[in-house]
Amino acid sequence: MALDSKIPGGPIDTKWTNHKFELKLVNPANKRKFTVIVVGTGLAGASAAASMGELGYNVKSFCFQDSPRRAHSIAAQGGINAAKNYPNDGDSVHRLFYDTVKGGDFRAREANVHRLAECSNLIIDQSVATGVPFAREYGGMLDNRSFGGAQVSRTFYARGQTGQQLLIGAYQSMMRQVSLGSVKLFPRREMLDLVVINGQARGIIVRNLVTGELESHEADAVCLATGGYGNVFYLSTNAKGSNVTAAWRAHKKGAYFANPCYTQIHPTCIPVTGDHQSKLTLMSESLRNDGRVWVPKKKDDTRSPDQIPEDERFYYLEEKYPSFGNLVPRDVASRNAKLVCDKGMGVGSSKKAVYLDFAAAIDRYGKGSAPKGADAAKIKEVGEGIVASKYGNLFQMYQKITDENPYKVPMRIYPAVHYTMGGLWVDYNLMSSIPGCFVLGEANFSDHGANRLGASALMQGLADGYFVIPYTIGGYFAGTKLEKVTAGHVGFEEAKKESQARIDGLLKIKGKKTVNEFHRELGKLMWENVGMARNKAGLEANLKKIPELREEFYKNVNVLGSDGDFNQNLEHAGRVADFLEFGELMTFDALHREESCGGHFREEHQTEDNEAKRDDVNFSYVAAWEYKGDKARQELHKEQLTFDNVHLATRSYK
Amino acid sequence: MSGNMTITLKIWVQKNVKTQGKFETIKVQHVSADMSFLEMLYIANEQLMKEGKEGVNFDHDCREGICGMCSLVINGLPHGPDHSITTCQLHMRKFKDGDVIVVEPWRAAAFPILRDCAVDRSAFDRIIMAGGFISVNTGNSQDANSIAIPKVDADKSFDAAACIGCGACVAACKNASAMLFVSAKVSHLALLPQGKVEKVKRVLSMVEQMDKEGFGNCTNLYECEAACPKEISVTNIARMNREYLFATAKHEDVVVSAGF
Repeated sequence: MALDSKIPGGPIDTKWTNHKFELKLVNPANKRKFTVIVVGTGLAGASAAASMGELGYNVKSFCFQDSPRRAHSIAAQGGINAAKNYPNDGDSVHRLFYDTVKGGDFRAREANVHRLAECSNLIIDQSVATGVPFAREYGGMLDNRSFGGAQVSRTFYARGQTGQQLLIGAYQSMMRQVSLGSVKLFPRREMLDLVVINGQARGIIVRNLVTGELESHEADAVCLATGGYGNVFYLSTNAKGSNVTAAWRAHKKGAYFANPCYTQIHPTCIPVTGDHQSKLTLMSESLRNDGRVWVPKKKDDTRSPDQIPEDERFYYLEEKYPSFGNLVPRDVASRNAKLVCDKGMGVGSSKKAVYLDFAAAIDRYGKGSAPKGADAAKIKEVGEGIVASKYGNLFQMYQKITDENPYKVPMRIYPAVHYTMGGLWVDYNLMSSIPGCFVLGEANFSDHGANRLGASALMQGLADGYFVIPYTIGGYFAGTKLEKVTAGHVGFEEAKKESQARIDGLLKIKGKKTVNEFHRELGKLMWENVGMARNKAGLEANLKKIPELREEFYKNVNVLGSDGDFNQNLEHAGRVADFLEFGELMTFDALHREESCGGHFREEHQTEDNEAKRDDVNFSYVAAWEYKGDKARQELHKEQLTFDNVHLATRSYK
Repeated sequence: MSGNMTITLKIWVQKNVKTQGKFETIKVQHVSADMSFLEMLYIANEQLMKEGKEGVNFDHDCREGICGMCSLVINGLPHGPDHSITTCQLHMRKFKDGDVIVVEPWRAAAFPILRDCAVDRSAFDRIIMAGGFISVNTGNSQDANSIAIPKVDADKSFDAAACIGCGACVAACKNASAMLFVSAKVSHLALLPQGKVEKVKRVLSMVEQMDKEGFGNCTNLYECEAACPKEISVTNIARMNREYLFATAKHEDVVVSAGF
């Protein structure tokens, strides 16, 4: 099948407006005749369920957690971008669009990004109306702060818990629809398969995680808002339950997977401390507003940070990128942290960390606000208070994990897997290559190119859910003939049988190694060879090792308990089984992309000063992979990217 | 880099909601002080699985103290001995070599045990469903800065909105009261101009649902506040009681004036 991105014609700033008008409508009385399944209840899923419920569709909402309010959007800390230009610093929809295309290293679709920027302002209005308590100034107006990759302050925030507050807002709106009967909730359900009948997505198979029962749910369309695949690395900032299963199952049913090698390694995370580590914790990018990143100039310097004089410190971001300084985009900050650590300047016992230092900010704020004639101690106290009011919860989190007080000593940070820009391929209407299967939020590929800018994920999730899918799904229904299908259809029976067979297969292996051991091993392979820096030899080695590990998994994994119980071990086994397949595709995609762009850094393709070197002539396309059976190589489909509004150029943050 | 602490766990196991549960004793070796409590439980589970036994099931997800999914009573304290954090943020440096640690699920009639240490907290979702929202449809909002909100009110609202819905307040209360959870939501919305429109109906419906779910009454012991990982204050309960009193009076007005 050829890829048709269905990008509307006309100038960039009128495409979405015209497209909304041209989309066919479903009249209000007919909407209740359509059922929509939404899988996932993060920002994209919850807002989609709420807004489609408000329109009158019958919505069925699924999540694997015990409550829809727990989805991992909740952990987003720093903020959400919008082009409101409240600070009067020159922001506009066009500037947000421009920054996002550039930040994505020219590997995103212009039309989608422009729509995202257009929706950004509506999101802030909508969120405030639903009761999101954003940070405010004393005059009662909304406050903004800065994030990486932008020279304006356009980030709205709610202390260090912006994701939580936005998600609770969307969750509340969704719960209102539940009370009105238009949304039905199915928590503690894991999607195991997508049911495709006559070439259209018509439902899903889920496992009830409490009773173990497999359930069939029919619908007229299925929306996947199931998040990213960062847990293929085992260690990431994702929640422990985040997984690729729903997306991967849809992929195997015909949905193309786009740019799986685009992963975001976030520069500011708490470093790994030992083999026991099960999860990495992010320290919000917003900290780079006030924190200064540095390492000792001397290699293997074991002095404590306060003993290292100013002129022996290497503020490498400020020196290398004077115009953006500590607020360069994430891929640039991460790569530079790796570079200085590889050169032996890293700090901490592992030597794989850099300092994020707040001393200068504490001093600056203290001097600005302390009463006249205050002594040094008082200035420090006032300064610490101001820093606490901005980032208090993050500082507390850091202290609990590391047992160090970041008000007194600099934080130690190191990059970690955080977000995945790749995902299921979708057209402008957010529909995958399977008619009737829509993909929203992090689970799709479309808006962030090869690198996502900070505070853009929340924006995309809510844009897709509140302001895009409610329109485009109507266009699909109004223009499509849908036969009546019930959960008794043979298509459901077959998919259910396949899911049951996979579960039975896992339970009967009864090998010697635990699921977690396999997950760790896979994660290690992925981090070493498809992590922050990638090269041909490593990627090729991975393409040998992953299938071997997968083979061993099916011979030697030990999955305990039964399928008729609440069984977390079985849940994990199913997810790892899918990661073991997905990891291979991701590696293959990284190997095929012979260029460096954004978060995809191929060591063979770099400039003299170690910046990513793109190859626009040969790789300015979206790589969409089609599943061709377990034994065959996936087929590559290319969607050529054109840049008519943002001039293709080498990114520079100097 | 595993550690050198040995911990004895007495942990609750229970097959499902219908069966009787019991404590199981597990000796966990090679625990390091830098491990999180849940990482220590992972080691315990790996150990059990190596012996061919099922691991203990417990809810957890984000591991950053924000999703509200983790939920263990550790040595009698919801979320364990450290203050203002969730179980997933608790680290083994709070314990010492040779300690015996008792681990249980939340215990409340409104939170039935599903398996081992995992409980059903859907009662909280039903309380939110009853009125914990602002009735505004997508698309009909005005510019976000058109209503100025005093910073003090916005901050207070935020303090209440920080609730993660974990249920530690219920687990800590001898009456299994959900007043702190419900009052946090009532306060979050009542403190904002956008939420004031529906405040009468909201507090009445939410309290009614809370009672229906079988949560107990508040007897002002403040155990909830002490256990709350997000430091939600009991002043929210006082605020809810005021809102409720006002709402019942107002509600009668509404009923009388409507001629019932």
